[in-house]
Amino acid sequence: MAARGPGSRAGNSRFAQFKLVLLGESAVGKSSLVLRFVKDQFDDYRESTIGAAFLTQTISLDDSTTVKFEIWDTAGQERYKSLAPMYYRNANCAVVVYDITQASSLDKAKAWVKELQRQANENIIIALAGNKLDLVTEQPDKRAIPAADAEAYAREAGLLFFETSAKTSENVKELFTAIAKKLPLDQAGPRNPRSGPRAGVDLRPEAPGTQGAGACSC
Amino acid sequence: MGSSPTASRSSSNNCIRQPNASGQASQADDHGNTTMTVGEDQMSAEEVEAPQEGMGAVKATVEDRDDDGYRPPLPPRPNLSKTPERPTTPGGLNTSHRRPSLLSKPTTAVSSIDIQTLSFPDGSRGTFSTPASRSVSESAALDTPGSMTPKGKHSQNGSEGDDTTSLMSYAPTMKGTGDLASLLNDDINAQSPAWRLLSSKADTVNPFEAIDYENTSLLNFENEFNEIAPVDSKGGNEEELLTQFKAKYKHYLCLSSAGKPIYSRHGDQNLINGYIGIIQTLISFYEGSKDPLHGFTAGGTRFVIFIAGPLYFVAISRLGESDAQLRSQLEALYMQILSTLTLPTLTHLFSNRPNTDLRRPLEGTETLLSSLADTFTKGSPSALLSALECLKLRKSQRYVINNTLLKARTEKLLYGLIVAGGRLVSVVRPKRHSLHPSDLQLIFNMLFEAGGVKAGGGENWIPLCLPGFNNRGYLYMYVSFLSAYDDGQDGEERPSTPGSSAREDEIAVLLISAEKESFYELKQMRDDVVSQLEKNGSMDIIKAAVRQGRPSTADIVPGTQLRHFLYKSRANVQYTMPSFNPYFNGLLPQRRLMNLYNNLHAQIHAKHSHLKVLHSVSRDSVSLAWSTPLFEFYCVAGPNASRASIAHGANKVIQWVKREEERVFIIGGAVF
Ligand SMILES: Nc1nc2c(ncn2[C@@H]2O[C@H](COP(=O)(O)OP(=O)(O)O)[C@@H](O)[C@H]2O)c(=O)[nH]1
Ligand SMILES: [Mg+2]
Repeated sequence: MAARGPGSRAGNSRFAQFKLVLLGESAVGKSSLVLRFVKDQFDDYRESTIGAAFLTQTISLDDSTTVKFEIWDTAGQERYKSLAPMYYRNANCAVVVYDITQASSLDKAKAWVKELQRQANENIIIALAGNKLDLVTEQPDKRAIPAADAEAYAREAGLLFFETSAKTSENVKELFTAIAKKLPLDQAGPRNPRSGPRAGVDLRPEAPGTQGAGACSC
Repeated sequence: MGSSPTASRSSSNNCIRQPNASGQASQADDHGNTTMTVGEDQMSAEEVEAPQEGMGAVKATVEDRDDDGYRPPLPPRPNLSKTPERPTTPGGLNTSHRRPSLLSKPTTAVSSIDIQTLSFPDGSRGTFSTPASRSVSESAALDTPGSMTPKGKHSQNGSEGDDTTSLMSYAPTMKGTGDLASLLNDDINAQSPAWRLLSSKADTVNPFEAIDYENTSLLNFENEFNEIAPVDSKGGNEEELLTQFKAKYKHYLCLSSAGKPIYSRHGDQNLINGYIGIIQTLISFYEGSKDPLHGFTAGGTRFVIFIAGPLYFVAISRLGESDAQLRSQLEALYMQILSTLTLPTLTHLFSNRPNTDLRRPLEGTETLLSSLADTFTKGSPSALLSALECLKLRKSQRYVINNTLLKARTEKLLYGLIVAGGRLVSVVRPKRHSLHPSDLQLIFNMLFEAGGVKAGGGENWIPLCLPGFNNRGYLYMYVSFLSAYDDGQDGEERPSTPGSSAREDEIAVLLISAEKESFYELKQMRDDVVSQLEKNGSMDIIKAAVRQGRPSTADIVPGTQLRHFLYKSRANVQYTMPSFNPYFNGLLPQRRLMNLYNNLHAQIHAKHSHLKVLHSVSRDSVSLAWSTPLFEFYCVAGPNASRASIAHGANKVIQWVKREEERVFIIGGAVF
């Protein structure tokens, strides 16, 4: 990208930047998962996302590999539906979230998966996250969607699958790490210490075929 | 008359723009049929209950000369819907030709000599006589600025002002002619020796300080914002919830003309359904006739109705606001709904299906409506005056900030703003487009009052309709926050403990575009702007100004008896005020202060009042309102403050504003 200068490989370290989008019905916990992942915080009374929020988080996969996520947290409301393609169009990965205590939210998630598989980047990596796991740990009868059912669906559709809790942070880090591991790191570009938050991935369609490390300058 | 005839619906004086001295002002040398009626009036016992405690014990009424021409401008808010009582949008248009040339005379001095005569900056002074023909009886039941009494004519002709306001008079104690210097004359405050003794002892009693045990009007206000639990059909908690519901001072309801509930500030659907039905029946009944229902009073509660196409809005208030004030609050809620949906979408939804349930399309924006509603209930100078507040900066400093924005501007930018805690730091805009205060009110509410955007902790890309700009389509707003207490290099890294930093400390960069795909371009611009502001020292200046907060009244006028004031510059549609600290800190003191301002404002703006100066004495405060073509000014002092000291303080403040005009206001803003 234009914003990135020539990089220098520091030792053997690899640096990759990926675009991730969160989708799912409103109030299933998308923003909460992001906030847990990015800031390690949780808010019992959070207000609905307005529009979409853009956040970044960098994780180390191992001593030599760093992955930076550029995350689009979208609002799940119907009226924003037409804007969704803008956010998933160049995404390298997506987390589709449902609420394990709300049966209808999985249907919505399945619809998103379908749309992604049809419209998004061909090699997009999709993870299905059944959130609010803490609720059923306390009261098992609150569960509306058996883990086995969702897992079977995920396997069939070729998705990563986790049951998560943004509240207790159970499986949150694991979810994002699993995605990072599945991303094509080999194409990852050299680390550029100056890139920082300035690096931007263009929102416009990329040339077909480019994917992986967020269209690096390498 | 605006500088931007093509910009949008109303490019009148309710926009941020170059103060355009378009109408060559006939220098107001108005003397004339001015009257002043001054008297003493002891607050009657019945008034204790009403929030407008003892308003207007002493009134100076100055009538303008040409009765047909001049009317105090109404709150400049886009007039999207049928408001028959406002045929011209906004009222200020009518008066513009009379406005003195604003650019050429921004600093009309109010000299120390002027203090003695309290002449208006527009040059008018007037002679004031006390016509003996005005009898006390005429005014007997009129002192109800907050419209707490039934006013039949509201529903008859939609007049929102009280025709009789300007006729208010009290037993005159002053004979013959005088001028406003008499405001300074303490003799008319002639009081019993005992009262004087008491006063002199407590010269510095602050407003509302003497706890008035008889005044129970705001007794439960602290609970106003506690949520009412949902109705539990099995638990049978409905009665208890209804008690809570009825204890609220303020309700806002929105329903469709078909009677579907859309929004209620308090109570869940099960609780409010009955009321919705009654209200729908009432409104529809009058709708059918040619005589729509504008409002009614039940006990001490005022109901005001605002109809916008398929939507009915109802404000139910025990806080004593005027109908006009309540209606403008309802209009703001309507604007918020338009901002979410756009007008064509709203119209389409209802023309397709009159029975539409609008809650679904509005999902997730209830918090925006509620934070707007709560802002009104808490009392907001900005909403009351329909004006914006700016962060006080040196002119040269603001110039640097403006230029930094202009230099970093990308092609896709429509409006660029830097806002610190709801106060405007800098605006850049295209020459042809203005920014409407009502639009900015919605944006500021979203960013600084509601928590949703801030709590996201990142950068934001928000589609929204700005109805004042164009109610038919969406714009896209890039937002990122910086904290005034964070000296880190980048906004993204700011430590964000949700709710820890008050809204006052938040600095936001807003970049608005008509292009929905321009996020990265605007993000880049934001990064450039922020790093440039950091480099040239502006960021530190902004943060320091935010941290410093507003000056206190005593900082502005050392030793003054004034405890708070509002000054609105009409030309700039901006206001300035001192800190609420130390006298009005907290929910209740602030609400009482705002009650007072609401009342002054309502009287000054009452339709046929022609009121220019209003001096009001009540048991727990003394206040002054002063309206000229250039400004509106409201101030308050403790109950024992003499009239002279108030007038003196008022003049000092106005001198201060003149001196600081280019610091406290953004004059014109930067255009490209
Ligand atoms: N118990 C529990 N509540 C959660 C969890 N994640 C989110 N929530 C709550 O669910 C509500 C909606 O969450 P939010 O993140 O705004 O959902 P979004 O609309 O999908 O972004 C909020 O009140 C959260 O506090 C979770 O893992 N456990
Ligand atoms: Mg969200």
